[in-house]
Amino acid sequence: MSDRLAMEDRRSSRLPFPAELGALVAMALAGLLGYLVFPDDLAFLTRLIGIVFLVLSLDLVTGYCGIATLGQSAIFGVAAYAVGNACLAGLVDPVALLGVGMVAGAVMGLASGVLVAKFQGLPQLVLSIAVGQLVAAMANKLSSVTGGSDGLAGISPGPVLGIFNFDLYGRTGYVFSLVVLVIVFVILLRFVRSPFGLLCRAIKDDSLRARMIGARVYPRLILMYGISGAVAGIGGALTAINTGVVGLDSVSFERSAETLVMLVIGGAGTLWGALIGSVVFQIFEHYVSAANPFHWMTILGLMLIVVVLFAPRGLVPLAVSVVDRIAPRLGGKS
Amino acid sequence: MTAPLLELRDVCKSFGGIRVNDGVSFVVREGDRIALIGPNGAGKTTLVNVISGGLDVSQGSILLGGHDITDFSIPQRVDAGLIRTFQITRLFTNLTVAENVALAVMQKKGITRKFFSSWIDRPNIRDQWMQILGLLGIAHLAAARVSQLAYGQQRLLDLALGLALEPKVLILDEPAAGVPSDESGRIIEAIDRLPPKIAVMMIEHDMDLVFKFAKRVLVLANGRLIFEGDPSAVTHDSEVRRAYLGTYADGRHTS
Amino acid sequence: MAWTVLGVVLDAISYGMVLFIISIGLSIMMGLMRVVNLAHGAFAMIGGYLASYALKSLGVSYPLAIILAVIGAILISIPFEFLLYRRIYRKSDELTQILLTIGITFVIIGVANYALGPTSKSIPLPAALSGPFDLGFRMIPAHRLFVIACGLCTALLLWLLIDRTEFGVRMRAAVDNGDMAEALGIRTQLIFTAAFALAIGLAAFGGVVGAELLPIEPFYALRYMVTFLVVVSVGGAGSIAGALSASMLLGLADTTGKYLAPEYGEFFFYLAVILAVFLFPNGLLGRKH
Repeated sequence: MSDRLAMEDRRSSRLPFPAELGALVAMALAGLLGYLVFPDDLAFLTRLIGIVFLVLSLDLVTGYCGIATLGQSAIFGVAAYAVGNACLAGLVDPVALLGVGMVAGAVMGLASGVLVAKFQGLPQLVLSIAVGQLVAAMANKLSSVTGGSDGLAGISPGPVLGIFNFDLYGRTGYVFSLVVLVIVFVILLRFVRSPFGLLCRAIKDDSLRARMIGARVYPRLILMYGISGAVAGIGGALTAINTGVVGLDSVSFERSAETLVMLVIGGAGTLWGALIGSVVFQIFEHYVSAANPFHWMTILGLMLIVVVLFAPRGLVPLAVSVVDRIAPRLGGKS
Repeated sequence: MTAPLLELRDVCKSFGGIRVNDGVSFVVREGDRIALIGPNGAGKTTLVNVISGGLDVSQGSILLGGHDITDFSIPQRVDAGLIRTFQITRLFTNLTVAENVALAVMQKKGITRKFFSSWIDRPNIRDQWMQILGLLGIAHLAAARVSQLAYGQQRLLDLALGLALEPKVLILDEPAAGVPSDESGRIIEAIDRLPPKIAVMMIEHDMDLVFKFAKRVLVLANGRLIFEGDPSAVTHDSEVRRAYLGTYADGRHTS
Repeated sequence: MAWTVLGVVLDAISYGMVLFIISIGLSIMMGLMRVVNLAHGAFAMIGGYLASYALKSLGVSYPLAIILAVIGAILISIPFEFLLYRRIYRKSDELTQILLTIGITFVIIGVANYALGPTSKSIPLPAALSGPFDLGFRMIPAHRLFVIACGLCTALLLWLLIDRTEFGVRMRAAVDNGDMAEALGIRTQLIFTAAFALAIGLAAFGGVVGAELLPIEPFYALRYMVTFLVVVSVGGAGSIAGALSASMLLGLADTTGKYLAPEYGEFFFYLAVILAVFLFPNGLLGRKH
């Protein structure tokens, strides 16, 4: 969406080494910083990373395809339950569990896509909500698989790659999650610039025109939903692996709504917006909502209104354009 | 002689009880330059929508290269080489000019299912979209966003999208309408320079442009084809005169 | 057995009527202003709080409490309309509308909880409505009948308003073709504002009379946000008959689902929604825009 970010994408392809390397280094440094700043709160940072995947997955369908959905957490939750059950059934290798989450997420994503991508506007929104709520009701009912309202507990994965045990301080969980996030993010950076990513952005602009250049819009959107589902599934898998519990909150409407809020505040349609938005949002939430959850709701509501009115593209693209305007005056490179 | 590129056989289209196209039949051959004209409300735009697949026919059939495409979806017709542009430009406004055309190029090549890394600057893709933009004289705008373009430039880009899809039949819906006269010259020039093999059918009101462009003229009035023939003969045809003047006499404007 | 069926059907109809009274305002807003107002339930909740306050602290009668709640909710909504909603009337971008109105909902929930606490507030019924009502062959809760009567009156009065008055004519003109209506000298902004007030008033009314079924507490706005939206979508935006039939259908699906298989929660409700929306994307009785 943002001119600058889009341009950044294009410029990078001419650099001697790809910008993905920059992203990799930046994220690794930020991760290290998180490790040093919050050494006693690694569990929180790890949970945060799980949600970052959910926001990134929503960006793929909402930011890149223009599908307004309030049911994304269903995909995340289904994957988390699948991983939990796989682990309880004896599949304890974390990497294999990630695979389980990805597949479960992709399948659930495709199913959501079939229902949600068929229409636009209100029916689309309502179908996305209904799918989410249906999954939530089922999660509550099928307590033999989900643990019902008590949650699915006792998930204890084995060591990563057979070497690194999950420790009490959450160091392994944090590093494992961070590494997966960096890898997935770098892949996604390339993915959204691909011909398929470009087609999705075109569909978002004008889906009839996309048909008029020969694109099969509905199947493409379902496919994007599947990919988005795989990303959400990784998030669900990491959450299940790291916390050892999967609760009904993973499939809740509130989770879906909060994901959309994070995405839009950060900046839908750019991966950096989704990433930075969801990280900053959650750190902010962690402190404010710990102090008073209802003040947090008021602040969040006001923040949303302000963003919608004054920074409809989100805060990250806004920050980028502000920096763009100020940087030349400071003599920085433009 | 081989089968004509595009053939309409007795095509009818009704909305409710009103016949907007009534038994329209004609053929389009390789390299044709056809103008489709007619008074307001004659059903020209409906006919274009029926041909391009935006509307279903009520009766009759449409053939492309001898194959019946009446039941084809919009994308299937595009794949088969039947391309249209729009009276009111529809472009991907949040993409750049280059991205718009490159997307069409890649769609035609079937590589929009590639999931990894940008293809826009790969030599074989880049050459194609650069060449098309060059042909239309808008190569210098490649990096611009569509929303930054002047209206005439947007019409050229619409045409560029059509060309990128390697049309066999290209239907231009009033390509110069609403464009300031200093820019419309560029569009007419671009249409002149279209590859000669492509069959081009243009809907147009501007008779100067029609005479300049068309080798054959089709006249649609009240949904029926009332004239088909040489541009020089059209103004002398009594039925055409009646159709144009008659609608004004009765004041039966339907659009 | 037959009595149980009657009881379930009665519950379903009265629940459906509450859904109708609250949702019809949202449906009007969506048909006329094309605003997906997710904060609609928040205004119903405000109505409930106001009625509770009027009854318990001011000691007014039940009917007066309803009137005060409706007027109060409209007054509270005015700044929201003036500052925020006006910007999104007839803007096609759903995402913007969703986010703005979720934002409004969050603010209202946060403030309500801060000012009034997290517990639910009761709205005491007058003696005539709180007891059972003797049908001659069976006793049923009088409140249920009251809610059903309220729903039917709302539908009838709205139909008269939209079908039989000058305001209704202007409103329908604005729905069909806003620009043309404007050109004919109809001040659409004024119509929108009036329709907004009407929608909020109906929400507040529904919030008060439905409080027995949908208890008033801060998360009311979030809990039923989706339900009201779903009713409008299934019924078709802007259609009274559509909203009424959707309310009945979904009320029935939810109540019988919860009665026959309570452990499934809202499963059958949303299954019905998916089927209805997938088969009738413009609503049971809606028109294509």
